[in-house]
Amino acid sequence: MSSPSDMNTGDVVELAAKEAAQQDVPDHHVTDVALKPAFFDWLCRMGDTTLILGHRTSEWCGHGPALEEDIAQANIALDLIGHTQMWLGLAAEVEDEGRTADTLAYLRDAMKFRNLLLVELPKGDMAVTIMRQFLFDAWHHDYLGKLTGSSSPRVAEIAAKALKEVTYHLERSSDLVVRLGDGTDASRRRMQDALELLWPYTGEMFVSDEVDRAIAEAGIAPLVEDLHADWTETVTEILKEATLELPSGTAYAQKGGRTGRHTEHLGFVLAEMQFLQRAYPGASW
Amino acid sequence: MTTTLPSVDQVWGWLAEVPDPEIPVISVTDLGIVREVFFEGDTLVVAVTPTYSGCPAMAVIDIDIQSHLATKGLHSVRLDRRLSPPWTTDWITEEAREKLRDYGIAPPIDGTAGTDVMAARAARMSGTSNLVVSCPRCGSAATEKVSQFGSTPCKAAYRCTDCLEPFDYFKCI
Ligand SMILES: [Zn+2]
Repeated sequence: MSSPSDMNTGDVVELAAKEAAQQDVPDHHVTDVALKPAFFDWLCRMGDTTLILGHRTSEWCGHGPALEEDIAQANIALDLIGHTQMWLGLAAEVEDEGRTADTLAYLRDAMKFRNLLLVELPKGDMAVTIMRQFLFDAWHHDYLGKLTGSSSPRVAEIAAKALKEVTYHLERSSDLVVRLGDGTDASRRRMQDALELLWPYTGEMFVSDEVDRAIAEAGIAPLVEDLHADWTETVTEILKEATLELPSGTAYAQKGGRTGRHTEHLGFVLAEMQFLQRAYPGASW
Repeated sequence: MTTTLPSVDQVWGWLAEVPDPEIPVISVTDLGIVREVFFEGDTLVVAVTPTYSGCPAMAVIDIDIQSHLATKGLHSVRLDRRLSPPWTTDWITEEAREKLRDYGIAPPIDGTAGTDVMAARAARMSGTSNLVVSCPRCGSAATEKVSQFGSTPCKAAYRCTDCLEPFDYFKCI
Protein backbone atom coordinates (compact mmCIF):
# COMPACT_ATOMS: atom_id res chain seq x y z
CA MET A 1 0.00 0.00 0.00
CA SER A 2 1.50 3.32 -1.00
CA SER A 3 1.67 6.21 1.38
CA PRO A 4 1.19 9.86 0.39
CA SER A 5 4.93 10.37 0.19
CA ASP A 6 5.05 7.87 -2.68
CA MET A 7 3.33 10.45 -4.85
CA ASN A 8 6.30 11.91 -6.68
CA THR A 9 6.78 13.94 -9.84
CA GLY A 10 6.92 10.82 -11.98
CA ASP A 11 3.48 9.77 -10.79
CA VAL A 12 2.03 13.16 -11.58
CA VAL A 13 3.49 13.11 -15.08
CA GLU A 14 2.05 9.65 -15.60
CA LEU A 15 -1.32 10.74 -14.28
CA ALA A 16 -1.32 13.74 -16.57
CA ALA A 17 -0.74 11.44 -19.52
CA LYS A 18 -3.88 9.45 -18.71
CA GLU A 19 -6.72 11.27 -20.31
CA ALA A 20 -10.24 10.58 -19.23
CA ALA A 21 -11.65 7.85 -21.42
CA GLN A 22 -14.92 8.43 -23.25
CA GLN A 23 -17.62 6.44 -21.57
CA ASP A 24 -19.00 3.75 -23.84
CA VAL A 25 -22.51 4.68 -24.85
CA PRO A 26 -23.90 1.81 -26.95
CA ASP A 27 -24.35 3.00 -30.53
CA HIS A 28 -24.59 0.51 -33.40
CA HIS A 29 -23.91 3.25 -35.98
CA VAL A 30 -20.34 3.61 -34.72
CA THR A 31 -19.45 0.06 -35.78
CA ASP A 32 -21.65 -0.14 -38.90
CA VAL A 33 -19.16 -0.99 -41.65
CA ALA A 34 -21.48 -0.11 -44.53
CA LEU A 35 -22.17 3.32 -43.08
CA LYS A 36 -18.55 4.03 -42.13
CA PRO A 37 -17.36 6.11 -45.13
CA ALA A 38 -20.39 8.43 -45.04
CA PHE A 39 -20.47 8.68 -41.24
CA PHE A 40 -16.75 9.48 -41.08
CA ASP A 41 -17.12 12.12 -43.78
CA TRP A 42 -20.14 13.69 -42.13
CA LEU A 43 -18.41 13.83 -38.72
CA CYS A 44 -15.43 15.52 -40.38
CA ARG A 45 -17.81 18.07 -41.92
CA MET A 46 -19.07 18.91 -38.45
CA GLY A 47 -15.67 18.87 -36.75
CA ASP A 48 -13.73 20.65 -39.50
CA THR A 49 -16.30 23.42 -39.66
CA THR A 50 -16.08 24.11 -35.91
CA LEU A 51 -12.29 23.73 -36.02
CA ILE A 52 -11.71 26.25 -38.79
CA LEU A 53 -14.24 28.74 -37.42
CA GLY A 54 -12.68 28.28 -33.97
CA HIS A 55 -9.27 29.07 -35.45
CA ARG A 56 -10.56 32.13 -37.33
CA THR A 57 -12.30 33.34 -34.16
CA SER A 58 -9.14 32.86 -32.09
CA GLU A 59 -7.27 35.19 -34.46
CA TRP A 60 -8.91 38.07 -32.58
CA CYS A 61 -7.24 37.08 -29.33
CA GLY A 62 -5.20 40.11 -28.31
CA HIS A 63 -6.56 42.15 -31.24
CA GLY A 64 -10.20 42.77 -30.26
CA PRO A 65 -11.58 46.31 -30.56
CA ALA A 66 -12.49 46.27 -26.85
CA LEU A 67 -11.40 44.02 -24.00
CA GLU A 68 -14.88 42.50 -23.60
CA GLU A 69 -15.10 41.62 -27.29
CA ASP A 70 -11.59 40.18 -27.25
CA ILE A 71 -12.53 37.91 -24.34
CA ALA A 72 -15.86 36.95 -25.90
CA GLN A 73 -14.15 35.95 -29.16
CA ALA A 74 -11.61 33.83 -27.28
CA ASN A 75 -14.36 32.12 -25.27
CA ILE A 76 -16.37 31.32 -28.38
CA ALA A 77 -13.22 29.94 -30.03
CA LEU A 78 -12.72 27.72 -26.98
CA ASP A 79 -16.27 26.36 -27.22
CA LEU A 80 -15.83 25.62 -30.92
CA ILE A 81 -12.52 23.83 -30.36
CA GLY A 82 -14.27 21.83 -27.62
CA HIS A 83 -16.95 20.79 -30.12
CA THR A 84 -14.19 19.86 -32.56
CA GLN A 85 -12.64 17.49 -30.03
CA MET A 86 -15.96 15.72 -29.67
CA TRP A 87 -16.80 15.52 -33.41
CA LEU A 88 -13.33 14.58 -34.63
CA GLY A 89 -12.86 12.26 -31.66
CA LEU A 90 -15.96 10.35 -32.74
CA ALA A 91 -14.82 10.50 -36.41
CA ALA A 92 -11.54 8.83 -35.43
CA GLU A 93 -13.41 6.19 -33.47
CA VAL A 94 -15.73 5.45 -36.39
CA GLU A 95 -12.77 5.28 -38.81
CA ASP A 96 -10.98 2.91 -36.42
CA GLU A 97 -7.56 3.22 -38.03
CA GLY A 98 -5.63 4.53 -35.05
CA ARG A 99 -6.07 8.22 -35.77
CA THR A 100 -7.22 10.69 -33.09
CA ALA A 101 -8.94 14.07 -33.04
CA ASP A 102 -5.46 15.62 -32.87
CA THR A 103 -3.99 13.78 -35.83
CA LEU A 104 -7.11 14.53 -37.90
CA ALA A 105 -6.78 18.23 -37.08
CA TYR A 106 -3.02 18.58 -37.45
CA LEU A 107 -1.96 16.05 -40.04
CA ARG A 108 -4.49 16.26 -42.87
CA ASP A 109 -3.99 18.43 -45.94
CA ALA A 110 -6.49 20.95 -47.26
CA MET A 111 -8.19 18.62 -49.73
CA LYS A 112 -9.08 16.25 -46.87
CA PHE A 113 -10.84 19.03 -44.94
CA ARG A 114 -14.64 19.05 -45.11
CA ASN A 115 -15.54 22.43 -43.60
CA LEU A 116 -18.00 24.94 -45.05
CA LEU A 117 -16.31 27.58 -47.22
CA LEU A 118 -18.04 30.28 -45.15
CA VAL A 119 -15.85 29.59 -42.11
CA GLU A 120 -12.48 29.57 -43.88
CA LEU A 121 -12.82 33.10 -45.31
CA PRO A 122 -10.43 35.57 -43.63
CA LYS A 123 -11.76 37.16 -40.47
CA GLY A 124 -11.88 40.60 -42.14
CA ASP A 125 -12.98 43.46 -39.90
CA MET A 126 -15.26 43.10 -36.90
CA ALA A 127 -18.29 43.48 -39.19
CA VAL A 128 -17.30 40.45 -41.28
CA THR A 129 -16.46 38.45 -38.15
CA ILE A 130 -19.77 39.23 -36.42
CA MET A 131 -21.91 38.82 -39.54
CA ARG A 132 -20.31 35.45 -40.35
CA GLN A 133 -20.77 34.30 -36.76
CA PHE A 134 -24.43 35.26 -36.91
CA LEU A 135 -25.16 33.61 -40.28
CA PHE A 136 -23.38 30.48 -39.03
CA ASP A 137 -24.86 30.50 -35.50
CA ALA A 138 -28.43 30.69 -36.82
CA TRP A 139 -27.75 27.53 -38.88
CA HIS A 140 -25.64 25.81 -36.22
CA HIS A 141 -28.22 26.37 -33.48
CA ASP A 142 -31.08 24.86 -35.51
CA TYR A 143 -28.98 21.98 -36.79
CA LEU A 144 -27.76 21.00 -33.31
CA GLY A 145 -31.31 21.25 -32.02
CA LYS A 146 -32.41 18.67 -34.62
CA LEU A 147 -29.35 16.50 -33.94
CA THR A 148 -30.32 16.09 -30.28
CA GLY A 149 -32.98 13.71 -31.65
CA SER A 150 -30.45 11.74 -33.72
CA SER A 151 -30.76 7.95 -34.02
CA SER A 152 -27.09 7.88 -32.99
CA PRO A 153 -26.90 8.36 -29.19
CA ARG A 154 -23.28 9.52 -29.52
CA VAL A 155 -24.22 12.24 -32.01
CA ALA A 156 -27.22 13.22 -29.90
CA GLU A 157 -25.16 13.69 -26.73
CA ILE A 158 -22.53 15.81 -28.49
CA ALA A 159 -25.29 17.95 -29.99
CA ALA A 160 -27.03 18.39 -26.62
CA LYS A 161 -23.77 19.52 -25.03
CA ALA A 162 -22.83 21.89 -27.86
CA LEU A 163 -26.34 23.33 -28.19
CA LYS A 164 -26.20 24.89 -24.73
CA GLU A 165 -23.07 26.81 -25.65
CA VAL A 166 -24.20 27.75 -29.14
CA THR A 167 -27.38 29.25 -27.68
CA TYR A 168 -25.16 31.89 -26.07
CA HIS A 169 -23.22 32.35 -29.33
CA LEU A 170 -26.42 33.08 -31.23
CA GLU A 171 -27.68 35.41 -28.55
CA ARG A 172 -24.48 37.45 -28.68
CA SER A 173 -24.08 37.51 -32.47
CA SER A 174 -27.69 38.45 -33.18
CA ASP A 175 -27.47 41.18 -30.52
CA LEU A 176 -24.35 42.61 -32.13
CA VAL A 177 -25.78 42.45 -35.66
CA VAL A 178 -28.68 44.61 -34.47
CA ARG A 179 -26.46 47.05 -32.56
CA LEU A 180 -23.93 47.48 -35.37
CA GLY A 181 -26.47 47.41 -38.21
CA ASP A 182 -28.77 49.89 -36.50
CA GLY A 183 -25.75 51.88 -35.32
CA THR A 184 -23.73 54.65 -36.90
CA ASP A 185 -23.50 55.29 -40.65
CA ALA A 186 -20.06 53.70 -40.70
CA SER A 187 -21.05 50.59 -38.74
CA ARG A 188 -24.19 50.12 -40.83
CA ARG A 189 -22.24 50.44 -44.09
CA ARG A 190 -19.65 47.92 -42.90
CA MET A 191 -22.31 45.44 -41.80
CA GLN A 192 -24.13 45.74 -45.12
CA ASP A 193 -20.83 45.21 -47.00
CA ALA A 194 -20.06 42.19 -44.83
CA LEU A 195 -23.49 40.74 -45.57
CA GLU A 196 -23.03 41.18 -49.35
CA LEU A 197 -19.59 39.58 -49.14
CA LEU A 198 -20.71 36.54 -47.14
CA TRP A 199 -24.15 35.92 -48.61
CA PRO A 200 -22.98 33.82 -51.61
CA TYR A 201 -21.31 31.44 -49.15
CA THR A 202 -24.46 30.73 -47.14
CA GLY A 203 -26.09 28.54 -49.81
CA GLU A 204 -23.66 25.70 -49.12
CA MET A 205 -25.20 25.19 -45.68
CA PHE A 206 -28.40 23.90 -47.30
CA VAL A 207 -27.24 21.63 -50.12
CA SER A 208 -27.25 17.88 -49.49
CA ASP A 209 -25.20 15.33 -51.38
CA GLU A 210 -24.99 11.53 -51.22
CA VAL A 211 -23.15 11.63 -47.88
CA ASP A 212 -25.94 13.67 -46.31
CA ARG A 213 -28.57 11.42 -47.83
CA ALA A 214 -26.92 8.28 -46.41
CA ILE A 215 -26.73 9.93 -42.99
CA ALA A 216 -30.36 11.08 -43.22
CA GLU A 217 -31.48 7.60 -44.24
CA ALA A 218 -29.79 6.18 -41.14
CA GLY A 219 -31.74 8.73 -39.07
CA ILE A 220 -28.55 10.36 -37.83
CA ALA A 221 -29.22 13.88 -39.15
CA PRO A 222 -31.96 15.69 -41.07
CA LEU A 223 -31.33 16.82 -44.63
CA VAL A 224 -29.83 20.30 -44.50
CA GLU A 225 -32.43 21.56 -46.99
CA ASP A 226 -34.95 21.16 -44.17
CA LEU A 227 -33.14 23.84 -42.15
CA HIS A 228 -33.50 26.53 -44.78
CA ALA A 229 -36.96 27.87 -43.99
CA ASP A 230 -36.31 28.42 -40.27
CA TRP A 231 -32.88 29.89 -40.94
CA THR A 232 -34.30 32.33 -43.48
CA GLU A 233 -36.96 33.39 -41.00
CA THR A 234 -34.43 34.03 -38.21
CA VAL A 235 -32.02 35.87 -40.49
CA THR A 236 -34.75 37.98 -42.10
CA GLU A 237 -36.11 38.96 -38.69
CA ILE A 238 -32.75 39.98 -37.23
CA LEU A 239 -31.56 41.79 -40.37
CA LYS A 240 -34.80 43.74 -40.47
CA GLU A 241 -34.32 44.79 -36.85
CA ALA A 242 -30.75 45.72 -37.77
CA THR A 243 -32.08 47.91 -40.65
CA LEU A 244 -29.95 45.90 -43.08
CA GLU A 245 -31.08 44.83 -46.53
CA LEU A 246 -31.29 41.17 -47.43
CA PRO A 247 -29.18 40.59 -50.58
CA SER A 248 -31.16 39.33 -53.55
CA GLY A 249 -31.05 35.56 -53.80
CA THR A 250 -29.66 35.54 -57.33
CA ALA A 251 -25.96 35.53 -56.38
CA TYR A 252 -24.16 32.35 -57.46
CA ALA A 253 -23.89 30.05 -54.45
CA GLN A 254 -20.28 29.13 -53.72
CA LYS A 255 -19.84 25.55 -52.64
CA GLY A 256 -17.28 22.76 -52.46
CA GLY A 257 -15.82 22.93 -48.95
CA ARG A 258 -17.81 19.94 -47.75
CA THR A 259 -16.29 17.78 -50.50
CA GLY A 260 -12.73 19.09 -50.14
CA ARG A 261 -12.70 21.85 -52.79
CA HIS A 262 -11.60 24.94 -50.91
CA THR A 263 -10.74 28.58 -51.42
CA GLU A 264 -7.07 29.56 -51.37
CA HIS A 265 -7.55 30.79 -47.80
CA LEU A 266 -7.70 27.38 -46.13
CA GLY A 267 -4.07 26.55 -46.93
CA PHE A 268 -2.92 29.62 -45.02
CA VAL A 269 -5.02 28.67 -42.00
CA LEU A 270 -3.56 25.16 -42.01
CA ALA A 271 0.00 26.44 -42.47
CA GLU A 272 -0.32 28.38 -39.25
CA MET A 273 -2.36 25.81 -37.34
CA GLN A 274 -0.37 22.72 -38.35
CA PHE A 275 3.18 24.06 -38.48
CA LEU A 276 4.26 22.95 -35.03
CA GLN A 277 3.02 19.35 -35.33
CA ARG A 278 4.45 19.05 -38.84
CA ALA A 279 7.87 20.43 -37.88
CA TYR A 280 8.07 18.71 -34.48
CA PRO A 281 5.90 15.59 -34.70
CA GLY A 282 4.31 14.65 -31.40
CA ALA A 283 5.44 17.84 -29.66
CA SER A 284 3.51 18.58 -26.47
CA TRP A 285 3.87 20.90 -23.51
CA MET B 1 -3.16 -10.52 -1.55
CA THR B 2 -6.22 -8.83 -0.22
CA THR B 3 -6.76 -5.13 0.07
CA THR B 4 -9.63 -3.44 1.77
CA LEU B 5 -11.30 -1.01 -0.58
CA PRO B 6 -12.80 2.15 0.88
CA SER B 7 -16.55 2.58 0.64
CA VAL B 8 -18.01 4.61 -2.20
CA ASP B 9 -19.34 7.09 0.41
CA GLN B 10 -15.81 7.52 1.70
CA VAL B 11 -14.61 8.28 -1.85
CA TRP B 12 -17.36 10.89 -2.32
CA GLY B 13 -16.09 12.51 0.89
CA TRP B 14 -12.56 12.65 -0.51
CA LEU B 15 -13.80 14.06 -3.82
CA ALA B 16 -15.54 16.84 -1.87
CA GLU B 17 -12.04 17.96 -0.83
CA VAL B 18 -10.88 18.51 -4.42
CA PRO B 19 -11.23 22.21 -5.24
CA ASP B 20 -12.20 23.60 -8.63
CA PRO B 21 -8.93 24.95 -10.08
CA GLU B 22 -10.47 28.23 -11.22
CA ILE B 23 -12.86 28.87 -8.31
CA PRO B 24 -11.02 27.22 -5.38
CA VAL B 25 -13.76 28.02 -2.81
CA ILE B 26 -15.97 25.32 -4.30
CA SER B 27 -15.22 21.64 -4.85
CA VAL B 28 -15.77 19.42 -7.84
CA THR B 29 -18.73 17.80 -6.04
CA ASP B 30 -20.20 21.25 -5.21
CA LEU B 31 -20.13 21.97 -8.94
CA GLY B 32 -22.01 18.77 -9.67
CA ILE B 33 -19.55 17.54 -12.28
CA VAL B 34 -18.85 14.19 -10.58
CA ARG B 35 -21.71 12.07 -11.90
CA GLU B 36 -20.94 8.59 -10.60
CA VAL B 37 -18.42 6.73 -8.46
CA PHE B 38 -18.11 2.93 -8.43
CA PHE B 39 -15.62 0.10 -8.24
CA GLU B 40 -14.93 -2.19 -11.18
CA GLY B 41 -13.01 -4.94 -9.42
CA ASP B 42 -10.16 -3.12 -7.67
CA THR B 43 -10.36 -0.15 -10.01
CA LEU B 44 -12.22 2.94 -8.91
CA VAL B 45 -14.18 4.58 -11.72
CA VAL B 46 -15.07 8.26 -11.41
CA ALA B 47 -17.41 9.60 -14.10
CA VAL B 48 -16.91 13.31 -14.67
CA THR B 49 -18.92 15.55 -16.98
CA PRO B 50 -17.35 18.69 -18.49
CA THR B 51 -18.81 22.09 -17.59
CA TYR B 52 -18.09 23.56 -21.04
CA SER B 53 -16.88 21.35 -23.87
CA GLY B 54 -13.74 23.44 -24.38
CA CYS B 55 -13.08 24.17 -20.71
CA PRO B 56 -9.30 24.08 -20.25
CA ALA B 57 -9.77 23.35 -16.54
CA MET B 58 -11.05 19.83 -17.25
CA ALA B 59 -7.57 18.35 -17.77
CA VAL B 60 -6.42 19.96 -14.53
CA ILE B 61 -9.49 18.63 -12.69
CA ASP B 62 -8.72 15.10 -13.93
CA ILE B 63 -5.16 15.36 -12.61
CA ASP B 64 -6.31 16.89 -9.31
CA ILE B 65 -8.81 14.07 -8.73
CA GLN B 66 -6.23 11.38 -9.53
CA SER B 67 -3.57 13.02 -7.35
CA HIS B 68 -5.88 13.56 -4.40
CA LEU B 69 -7.19 9.98 -4.48
CA ALA B 70 -3.58 8.75 -4.71
CA THR B 71 -2.82 10.49 -1.41
CA LYS B 72 -5.64 8.39 0.07
CA GLY B 73 -3.97 5.23 -1.21
CA LEU B 74 -6.18 4.79 -4.28
CA HIS B 75 -3.85 4.25 -7.23
CA SER B 76 -6.04 2.27 -9.56
CA VAL B 77 -8.41 4.99 -10.68
CA ARG B 78 -10.04 5.46 -14.06
CA LEU B 79 -11.77 8.68 -15.10
CA ASP B 80 -14.66 8.39 -17.52
CA ARG B 81 -15.81 11.37 -19.53
CA ARG B 82 -19.60 11.48 -19.48
CA LEU B 83 -21.38 13.85 -21.84
CA SER B 84 -24.95 12.87 -21.24
CA PRO B 85 -26.98 14.30 -19.64
CA PRO B 86 -25.06 17.53 -20.28
CA TRP B 87 -23.98 19.50 -17.24
CA THR B 88 -26.32 22.20 -16.02
CA THR B 89 -25.74 24.96 -13.49
CA ASP B 90 -28.90 23.63 -11.77
CA TRP B 91 -26.60 20.92 -10.33
CA ILE B 92 -24.54 23.45 -8.37
CA THR B 93 -25.40 22.86 -4.70
CA GLU B 94 -27.09 25.45 -2.47
CA GLU B 95 -24.01 25.75 -0.22
CA ALA B 96 -21.84 26.30 -3.27
CA ARG B 97 -24.08 29.16 -4.42
CA GLU B 98 -23.49 30.88 -1.07
CA LYS B 99 -19.75 30.27 -1.35
CA LEU B 100 -19.73 31.74 -4.85
CA ARG B 101 -21.52 34.87 -3.65
CA ASP B 102 -19.07 35.30 -0.75
CA TYR B 103 -16.25 34.91 -3.24
CA GLY B 104 -17.65 37.79 -5.35
CA ILE B 105 -19.30 35.76 -8.11
CA ALA B 106 -23.06 36.09 -8.60
CA PRO B 107 -24.39 32.50 -8.65
CA PRO B 108 -26.62 31.26 -11.49
CA ILE B 109 -30.28 32.09 -11.01
CA ASP B 110 -31.96 28.98 -9.63
CA GLY B 111 -33.68 26.61 -11.94
CA THR B 112 -33.55 28.78 -15.05
CA ALA B 113 -31.11 26.58 -16.93
CA GLY B 114 -33.63 23.86 -17.55
CA THR B 115 -36.32 26.18 -18.90
CA ASP B 116 -36.69 27.91 -22.22
CA VAL B 117 -35.73 31.22 -20.65
CA MET B 118 -32.34 30.95 -22.26
CA ALA B 119 -33.54 29.93 -25.72
CA ALA B 120 -31.68 32.73 -27.41
CA ARG B 121 -33.99 33.88 -30.13
CA ALA B 122 -37.18 33.64 -28.14
CA ALA B 123 -35.53 35.40 -25.23
CA ARG B 124 -34.24 38.19 -27.44
CA MET B 125 -37.61 38.70 -29.02
CA SER B 126 -39.54 38.78 -25.77
CA GLY B 127 -36.84 40.54 -23.78
CA THR B 128 -36.93 37.86 -21.07
CA SER B 129 -33.19 37.31 -21.14
CA ASN B 130 -32.93 40.31 -18.82
CA LEU B 131 -32.95 38.26 -15.63
CA VAL B 132 -32.19 40.21 -12.48
CA VAL B 133 -28.66 39.42 -11.34
CA SER B 134 -27.97 40.86 -7.88
CA CYS B 135 -24.59 42.38 -7.00
CA PRO B 136 -22.65 39.83 -4.88
CA ARG B 137 -21.01 42.69 -2.96
CA CYS B 138 -23.85 45.03 -1.97
CA GLY B 139 -26.89 42.96 -2.93
CA SER B 140 -28.33 45.68 -5.18
CA ALA B 141 -30.52 44.61 -8.09
CA ALA B 142 -29.35 47.64 -10.08
CA THR B 143 -26.86 45.81 -12.25
CA GLU B 144 -26.14 45.67 -15.96
CA LYS B 145 -24.55 43.17 -18.30
CA VAL B 146 -21.22 44.30 -19.75
CA SER B 147 -20.57 41.19 -21.83
CA GLN B 148 -22.11 37.77 -22.37
CA PHE B 149 -18.62 36.27 -21.93
CA GLY B 150 -16.48 37.02 -18.87
CA SER B 151 -13.15 35.82 -17.54
CA THR B 152 -14.00 32.19 -18.38
CA PRO B 153 -16.65 30.65 -20.67
CA CYS B 154 -18.90 29.88 -17.71
CA LYS B 155 -19.16 33.51 -16.58
CA ALA B 156 -20.60 36.75 -17.92
CA ALA B 157 -19.24 40.18 -17.02
CA TYR B 158 -21.61 42.46 -15.06
CA ARG B 159 -21.35 45.76 -13.24
CA CYS B 160 -23.27 47.16 -10.28
CA THR B 161 -24.62 50.65 -10.84
CA ASP B 162 -25.02 51.22 -7.07
CA CYS B 163 -21.60 50.30 -5.65
CA LEU B 164 -20.02 50.63 -9.11
CA GLU B 165 -18.05 47.41 -8.78
CA PRO B 166 -17.62 45.03 -11.73
CA PHE B 167 -18.34 41.37 -11.00
CA ASP B 168 -18.64 37.97 -12.64
CA TYR B 169 -21.98 36.22 -13.04
CA PHE B 170 -21.97 32.43 -13.27
CA LYS B 171 -24.37 32.13 -16.18
CA CYS B 172 -27.07 29.52 -16.48
CA ILE B 173 -26.45 26.71 -18.86
ZN1 LIG C 1 -23.01 46.49 -5.76
